[in-house]
This record gives sequence, structure tokens and C-alpha cells, in this order.
Amino acid sequence: MDLAYYYELWRGMMLSKDPAVAAEWWQVFFVRFYQAFLENDRWQQYLRGVGTTLCVTAIALCIGVVLGVLVAVVRTAHDQQRPGRRNVLLGAVNFVCRVYVTIIRGTPMMVQILIMGMVIFSSSRNYTMVGALTLGINSGAYVAEIIRGGLMSLDPGQMEAGRSLGLGYFDTMRFIVIPQAFKAILPSLGNEFIVLLKDTSMISVIGGQELIKAARDIINRTYDAMFPLIGSAVIYLVLVMIFSWLQGILERRLRQSDRR
Amino acid sequence: MIDVKGLTKSFGNHLVLDHIDQHIHPGEKVVVIGPSGSGKSTFLRCLNLLETPTSGSITFQGQEITDPKADINAVRRQMGMVFQHFNLFPNMTIRKNITLAPVQTRLMSQAEADDAATALLRRVNLEEKADAYPAQLSGGQKQRIAIVRALAMKPKLMLFDEPTSALDPEMVGEVLAVMKELADEGMTMVVVTHEMGFAREVGTRVLFMDGGKILEEDEPHAFFAHPKEPRTIEFLSKVL
Repeated sequence: MDLAYYYELWRGMMLSKDPAVAAEWWQVFFVRFYQAFLENDRWQQYLRGVGTTLCVTAIALCIGVVLGVLVAVVRTAHDQQRPGRRNVLLGAVNFVCRVYVTIIRGTPMMVQILIMGMVIFSSSRNYTMVGALTLGINSGAYVAEIIRGGLMSLDPGQMEAGRSLGLGYFDTMRFIVIPQAFKAILPSLGNEFIVLLKDTSMISVIGGQELIKAARDIINRTYDAMFPLIGSAVIYLVLVMIFSWLQGILERRLRQSDRR
Repeated sequence: MIDVKGLTKSFGNHLVLDHIDQHIHPGEKVVVIGPSGSGKSTFLRCLNLLETPTSGSITFQGQEITDPKADINAVRRQMGMVFQHFNLFPNMTIRKNITLAPVQTRLMSQAEADDAATALLRRVNLEEKADAYPAQLSGGQKQRIAIVRALAMKPKLMLFDEPTSALDPEMVGEVLAVMKELADEGMTMVVVTHEMGFAREVGTRVLFMDGGKILEEDEPHAFFAHPKEPRTIEFLSKVL
């Protein structure tokens, strides 16, 4: 049932003055709507899908942020070493981090999901978790670059002031540099989170049980794609709008120290 | 107190400090002057290893701090530093700015540090700013806070890197007054500055640097009254 079909029906209704035609159009509309969302309590399938989508997003976000912070700190620490005092171990870890970022950013997300699901974890049946893990590893590379940008953009005087007071490198990072960098990168991090939330739809290709998988199962039952897909799109949109609103609140709170 | 031997620093092929030998005694107030690019800030920053010397050695209270095995954080806890651009932490209140380092380095408990911060703020007449953020302060206030932030670590030596150069002329006086008070209490100080009046009044020794070398040094009255080197005479004729 495509849009053209609905359009033809709708045009017929508009051209004809016959109330019976209009009634037929509304009937088709409501039957499709009923089949897509209400019949057999299908709304529960969407709801479970949304739950899984949010759960996968949360897991992937945690993995992504942890990986991202680690990689960013290693790479920044490596780049900010005092010349002539290169640490060999740090150099090796930095190399691993660069390979990771290069591979993840250099290959399509879809390919990564397929490789994880069908090659590396081909014997696993927990498709959703494999998908979450893949998304987390993917997100980590992008988060790492966002955080690195934030750390490097901060006035070097802040690091110097911390160090001149006798704080160590990691204490200075923890108390002085990272909190300020976090405020600066929050908009980019919010962006990355939104991308992550929407990219969870891709794990359905390896059988992850999220929202789009639910919608596709229903399409296969009812042979109508319009309502399930547009319905899913609206759900994603609402989720993203809620998140953007929360992000705005957080940003206003972090701006507290800017007031004069 | 600080013994500098053959200190050399180059950035790439550019030689900034050229074999500097210098000894700073406890209680001295050494004022470093010179044209911009003469290496005076780099010299100061080498003293607490914010810049790593290319060669040469620096000994602080009998400990060679240029030794790669030296615990540089422990050394820096005993040397306060004040920067041209204040470098207060904008994400923290003034009180937190002052107490962060003493608490994190376990020099004081949070309660002790809070008391110390209150006492230090009272000393610079900024008690009421304890819960303000740096963005709410004027330049002179920020620099006074930066000075007491360094003092909270109870340093044995204070390094000042052009502390008044970023200030409105109006605010220079209040910062210099705090520094003078500190000098009167017997703090050992190394000050890079363009304030000749301060050098004359507070300094016990003036170093004139140019081209990465200390060209001339003397007790301030003799230094300003009878400079010997032609380069010093030329410089002083322009700034005085």
C-alpha cells in the first residue's frame, strides 16, 4: 500500500461530492491505522522496540564515552609530552588508539555491524547486545575526537596554572581541564548522542529487536508500510526532541560560572 | 636557595637562554627586566620547569630538579607562580580556586583550607568575593586572587611572570601593593616586570637580560643610577 494509493483514494474523495466516497476513504485510513497500531495489541511491539532502542542507546553511550575519554586522554597526553621525555609505553598505546580511530571512522557503520554480527560474533544469538557493543565501539571513535578537540582548545595556561600549584597531570586534567572542556563540547556530544540514538535502527540488519525491527515485522504481517514507518519516524523525532530539551537545560546549568 | 648552572633553552634552532648562571638566596627579591624576547619569561618558567631546559642544571634547596627522577610536583608545591593572564580556573568559585591544590595534594583538609582561604582573602580585602566566579572580578582582583591562590600552598619562593602587564593602569597599584607586602614579610621572590618603580623600591637585585643572557646585575639603586653596559643604558633611557 503506497502513498500513491492513498493519494488516488483521497483525490477521488475530493473530486466526488458523494459522502459515501469520503466515508470509504476514512474507512481505509482507519483500518490501516488499526492494523498498524492496535490490532493484536501491536502498540506493545512498538513500545518494546522503543525500550530496546533506548536501552541499546544507553549501553552504546556508556561504552562510547568510556572509550572516547580513554582514547582522548591518551592521545592528548601523548601530544602534550615534554619534548625529549617521550614515554615509550604511551607511544605504543597512542598508536593503538590511532589505529582504532582510523578503522572505525574509515569504514561504514553498516559494514561494522554486519562484520560484528556475522563474522566476529556469528555464533551469538544475542543480536541486540552485539549491536549495542558495535554501536558503542563506533561511537567511541567519534566521541574521542570530539573530546580531544575540547581538551586541545582549552587555554594552555589552565594546565600550567594547575601544574604550577603542584597538582599532577591527571589531577589537573580531572579537576580543571576536563570540566571546562566538557562544557565546550556539550553541543557536539549532544549531536553525537542524537546520531547514536537514530543509528540504533541499523542493528535490525543483524536481528537486533529494536523499533525498526518491530515496524518491519508488522509490515510483513499487514502488508502496509506507511503507518508503521511514519509512526516509527514520529517516535524517533519525539525522542530526539525530548533529548534536545534536556540538553538545553544542562547547558544552561553549566553556564552558571559565566554569569557576571 | 636556587642555583642555576649553565641553563640553556632553545626552541628548535632559536636559542632563547644562553648558558645562564645565577644564584638566588633566601629572602632575595630578584627583579628581572629586559626587552621583550630577551628570554626573561622563559628563564622564570624554567625555574619551575614549565619549560624544560635544553641543558644545564637547576638546584632548589639542595635538590637537583632538572634530574629526570626528581618529583617535579613536590618541587612545584614549594614554588608559587603568578601568571600574566591570571589563569584562574573559571569553572570554580574563588574559594574553590584557592583550596583546590592544598586539599588535593593533602597539604590541608577541606576545613583547614577553607579557613586559610578566608584568611588569605581578608588579607587582600576580597573576603566578600569568596563565592563569586572569576568572570565576575576585575583584572586587579583576579590577579590578587591568583597571588593568594599560590600562597595557599605555603610556598618558599614566589615566581611572578609580568603580573601587571595585562592590567588596566588603574589596577596595577593594588597588585603591586600586595606584592610589596609579601616582600616585606620576607618572601623570596623572582619577578619579571616592566614596572621600574617596583624594581627600584622592592627589589634587592635587578637582572637585565637581553638576547638570552644576563647582561648586567646590581643592587637597584646603583643599577638605575649607574648602568654600565651600553645596552642597559639604551634600554633604561627608553623606559624611564
